[in-house]
Amino acid sequence: MSSVSPVSAFRRYVVAFGRFWWEFLIGDTPELLVGAVLAVVVVALFAHHGVARAVTVASLPVLVIAMLGASVRRAQRAAARTQRDAAATPPNPT
Amino acid sequence: MHSATFVLLASVFLASSVEMVEALTIVVAVGVTRGWRSALEGVAAALATLVALVVAIGPALVHYVPLSGLRIAVGGLLLVFGMQWLRKAVLRAVGLKAKHDEDAIFSEHVAELAAQQRPSTGRDSAAFAVAFKGVFLEGLEVVVIVLTLGVADHRLGLAAAAAGAAVVVVAIVGAIVSRQLAGVPENAMKMAVGLMLVSFGTFWSGEGVGVHWPGSELALPVLVAVYGVVAWVTVSVVGRERRAGVEVA
Repeated sequence: MSSVSPVSAFRRYVVAFGRFWWEFLIGDTPELLVGAVLAVVVVALFAHHGVARAVTVASLPVLVIAMLGASVRRAQRAAARTQRDAAATPPNPT
Repeated sequence: MHSATFVLLASVFLASSVEMVEALTIVVAVGVTRGWRSALEGVAAALATLVALVVAIGPALVHYVPLSGLRIAVGGLLLVFGMQWLRKAVLRAVGLKAKHDEDAIFSEHVAELAAQQRPSTGRDSAAFAVAFKGVFLEGLEVVVIVLTLGVADHRLGLAAAAAGAAVVVVAIVGAIVSRQLAGVPENAMKMAVGLMLVSFGTFWSGEGVGVHWPGSELALPVLVAVYGVVAWVTVSVVGRERRAGVEVA
């Protein structure tokens, strides 16, 4: 007979389900989710506080481009770090 | 054809084609290793589940969620999704991320499946499960794209038809060449899909929060072009820095 209680089996299922969707939608780029939410909030504030139309229209693409650029830079830095660490690791004597 | 409709159809068709090429690699690996019957049953079950998801969720979203709220949510989701696709395509184009290698994935699946024991009679559950999982997981991304694009533009049927057409085209081409499609320029297609998703995401989240785009839907192809230029410049600059061995601060 299985020793796993229905409650812990359910909890495990919920955690696995949540982890799947987190990986599926966010993965290793949480900065893109946070950035997208912030960008939409900023543009909503512009649109509802009488900021010039040209600024409101241009702000969302500009923020998206900035986020994308920052995320690519982050990946570039991570790759350089990995390369440096690999070069600094002494060769295995075996 | 209306420019927004064309961008919508192209986005769904390309996204669906890319994902189905990846799924086809897994299905062919299952078919040639364990036989086609269980592999095709797995494919049919996965496709039926994906269609059921679109049919169950799509119309409910269209009928019960107000359009402005829907466009903010859908636009935001498309922005995140599109930026992920675009970022990955840029990183692959400059060599900071390994390209999707269909041949390697095919060999990996063949080796894994060949090592497992086959039942002498009845359904091969391992073959069914691998084919189902391959098609379902690749297709889930297409379902999200079909639902978001289709629902926000009230063209769910058209978006679903474009995805279905891509499935049929990839299946026919796969059957004719009877192998995985390693020669397909997946990264270029992913770049194009990323550009279109980010553009739709910008357009709809903007509309949802009260931005009045100049030229209304004509702004969409302009956004695609602007993001396209930015992606091209990013690939050129990062690629040049990488070749020159420039340290990033």
